[in-house]
Amino acid sequence: MTDLSKIRNFSIIAHIDHGKSTLADRLIQHCGGLTDREMSEQVLDNMDIEKERGITIKAQTVRLNYTARDGETYELNLMDTPGHVDFAYEVSRSLAACEGALLVVDAAQGVEAQTLANVYQSIEHDHEIVPVINKIDLPAAEPERVAEEIEEIVGIEATGAWEEGGAVLTSAKSGIGIEDTLEALVRRIPAPTGDRDAPLKAMLVDSWYDPYLGVVILVRVMDGVIKKGLNVKFMQGGTQHLIDRVGCFTPKRTDLPELGPGEIGFITAQIKEVEQARVGDTITTVKGGAEKALAGYKEVQPVVFCGLFPVDAADFEKLRESIGKLRLNDASFSYEMESSAALGFGFRAGFLGLLHLEIIQERLSREYDLDLITTAPSVVYRVHLGHSKTEDAKTIDIHNPADWPDVNRIETIEEPWIKAVIYTPDEYLGAILKLCQDRRGIQTDLTYVGGRAQVSYELPLNEVVFDFYDRLKSISRGYASFDYEQIGLREGDLVKMNILVNAEAVDALSLIVHRSVAEERGRGMCERLKDLIPRHLFKIPIQAAIGGKVIARETIAALRKDVTAKCYGGDITRKKKLLEKQKKGKARMREYGNVSIPQEAFIAALRMGEE
Amino acid sequence: MARALYIHWPFCIAKCPYCDFNSHVRKTADTDQWRDALLADMHHEHLQAVSEEPLTSIFFGGGTPSLMPPALVAGLLQEAEHLWGFAHDIEITLEANPSSVEAANFADLAAAGVNRVSLGVQSLHDEALRFLGRLHGADEALQAVAVAQDRFERVSIDLIYARPGQSEADWHAELARALSLGTTHMSLYQLTIEPSTRFATDVRQGVFEPLDDDNAADLFGLTRAMTAAAGLPAYEISNHAAPGQESRHNLTYWRYQDYLGIGPGAHGRRCETATVRHRKPENYLAAVAAQRHGIAEARALDRAEQASEALLMGLRLAEGVDLADMARRFGGNPAALIDQAKAQLYHDLGMVWSHGDRFGVTEQGMPLLEALLGELVASDLVAS
Repeated sequence: MTDLSKIRNFSIIAHIDHGKSTLADRLIQHCGGLTDREMSEQVLDNMDIEKERGITIKAQTVRLNYTARDGETYELNLMDTPGHVDFAYEVSRSLAACEGALLVVDAAQGVEAQTLANVYQSIEHDHEIVPVINKIDLPAAEPERVAEEIEEIVGIEATGAWEEGGAVLTSAKSGIGIEDTLEALVRRIPAPTGDRDAPLKAMLVDSWYDPYLGVVILVRVMDGVIKKGLNVKFMQGGTQHLIDRVGCFTPKRTDLPELGPGEIGFITAQIKEVEQARVGDTITTVKGGAEKALAGYKEVQPVVFCGLFPVDAADFEKLRESIGKLRLNDASFSYEMESSAALGFGFRAGFLGLLHLEIIQERLSREYDLDLITTAPSVVYRVHLGHSKTEDAKTIDIHNPADWPDVNRIETIEEPWIKAVIYTPDEYLGAILKLCQDRRGIQTDLTYVGGRAQVSYELPLNEVVFDFYDRLKSISRGYASFDYEQIGLREGDLVKMNILVNAEAVDALSLIVHRSVAEERGRGMCERLKDLIPRHLFKIPIQAAIGGKVIARETIAALRKDVTAKCYGGDITRKKKLLEKQKKGKARMREYGNVSIPQEAFIAALRMGEE
Repeated sequence: MARALYIHWPFCIAKCPYCDFNSHVRKTADTDQWRDALLADMHHEHLQAVSEEPLTSIFFGGGTPSLMPPALVAGLLQEAEHLWGFAHDIEITLEANPSSVEAANFADLAAAGVNRVSLGVQSLHDEALRFLGRLHGADEALQAVAVAQDRFERVSIDLIYARPGQSEADWHAELARALSLGTTHMSLYQLTIEPSTRFATDVRQGVFEPLDDDNAADLFGLTRAMTAAAGLPAYEISNHAAPGQESRHNLTYWRYQDYLGIGPGAHGRRCETATVRHRKPENYLAAVAAQRHGIAEARALDRAEQASEALLMGLRLAEGVDLADMARRFGGNPAALIDQAKAQLYHDLGMVWSHGDRFGVTEQGMPLLEALLGELVASDLVAS
């Protein structure tokens, strides 16, 4: 156990590509956590997807032992927080486990919008923030300008020498300024507080599933001591467990006899499902435990839903198993079985956000080798129903268009809104404003910093879940960044739009849309489907309808010729092969109103491109 | 019960750019060697398909069988008659090019026993014949038709239509003229671009564009209307005949009765077995030399496969198929052969008909037969 005054808990705030992982690697290396040989690039990001996208999904910590210039050895706990707005709650718990943060800013690029949101969050947690200007050896580096920018935009001291409260100048890539960074950490970030003799209070920061250890729980001890053999209870989850292992990561997993106040480390307690280890829960002893749980616990609610169906119906069991396995490590998504007339058996799954949805989808296809059809993402609508002959008035939450109630009973509908902050080079601003405007956005703020604009919009989440982010990236050539937070429910004139193929509604293509954009969406869907569904033996009407009212229509002309003119002698082989191919092709399509709809059509039709 | 014998002669003077049949261009073919090989192959089939039934039809196909020396044709026919015997009304057809050289052989071929010729006229326009890579001209073809009508009891002509850029008026005029020749049978094929042909390469390289399906469908309708009006209605997708003048040999295929096939690349169906001969002439000769027959593969067909084949072939015919009869032949019950829900759908759309046990494709459905088969043939019958 380390004396409280020798502990420093901190996170690193940085925009993607500004060098957070490289800096972390250097700090670890400097403190001897890993030999040069053991350093694989960016130790912290374990999963392939994290590496590829540069996004951290699970919080991780590394304990470093740093002998400072004052001769004392400090225990530094580097907290790597999940890096995306979808995981805002997890981020907030990780931050609550720290007393300070390094703010890493690229010496050429300057402060980015996304970084700001994280900085403010950190400031809300009363963190001491140490600015680090990285990549100072780049030809385009302007550390002085960036230091001024930090002072101006973020509002913390950054100019002047780091010893006097200014920013630390580094090049993580070249190993410049690493020790200065560690010194600044020790000198400027406050030590944690806590009482060793008080009843145990440890915050559950995050948890994940390890095939050998079961559920591994990351904790920050606030008061008391946690050690092997202790009987603990999770105050929110209500379960009791026997601690069987205590330790930390250096970044190698290292067992310790105990964790005292102010320390960050892990415990295991033979827990099989991460669901039992909820982020933000308070861990205390069964006997003589704390009376009050730590503040800030929140049940995580999925905000975006979609259907996940196997392309090959025979893969349903495999999908069930794979989702189950993913869920072992990620309690923040929910799923339940769903059956669709068009797509067969599958699951309705709920996610923390779009990125989260994409990550799960990608992991299913990549790690479990599943071909999936994903239905249009939906948000959760709050529908207020009037009374009927058999039922009183009530309020229901709906995230599946299939469950949309009878319109006659609907009194009002509320939909979730978000506040989006977009930061972009100003040449793309016009197109971005139009995009937001088209998506029913309300502009609340617009400011310029240098050649960049920061624009804030209030937007209905259902306008964002389609392809808002893709559109934003494409119109800004990838330069615009986007950040959002939920700001609650607002009433909206929403309707369920059905797509009818050959007069039959295709459940998988139904959408909840705002009445003002329904016609345009409907027309787009019909046009795309017209190109995606092959000609049949009869003509096929494709319609978009709200209730009984058709708002858009296209027709696929009937096929007129498909015949082999000549049979060679008695050679039937080729015709038979053709028939086999036809049958195989059909097995990969979904039949609706006698129309075979190819899988690609479901996926492509939902892509709300505004070509 | 019909018993048909197919004999394949694989040689051509030149390869036509649309043709994907088993044809080969060779400077010479050793007549004696080929006679011995085909006879040995014939003997093998006789041993496999023992029965007292006489042959009801023989068909010399190719390649260009009109290039066979008439004495070779005569020798093969004599041996066939010796082995199986001939039904009294046996139909013996030979495919012939309508060139003056080949027309000169018609009398000898008739004397050898051939009583029906199928002339590959292909077009009555010189320009179209050149496009199709044919070596004869239109006038020469017309003369050959006249000679053939003189020498043989029955004459059929082949034409290829739905050529690039062909209009309804063009085809109307050409077909009217062909009908006026007075043959009692016509095979009218739409030009299709087959893989691994020169035309396939041409299309890929943009040398020409095939007629689009909508126009081709119009020409198909026109063809059926004109031939019906002229007394030669379609009895199969591409075949038209005066009543009673249908090709009995080809009906054997379409009705899925047994047929024996000898010669390079020939296919046969006998005793629930599918046979295929070696395609390349040299390989075929070597196989016969080694094993006294040219079979490359003989494969037993299970009942489901036979049923699906019978449907693929039978639904090409205007007369359709007899589902009860098929169920007797291949087991199961008649309703299990066809996807019943789809049959109802396409019946309502006027594309199929059914009368009692008979089931078939209507005039309206014929140009879409391939797509219809994919819908109608019960999935259980098709290998996955």
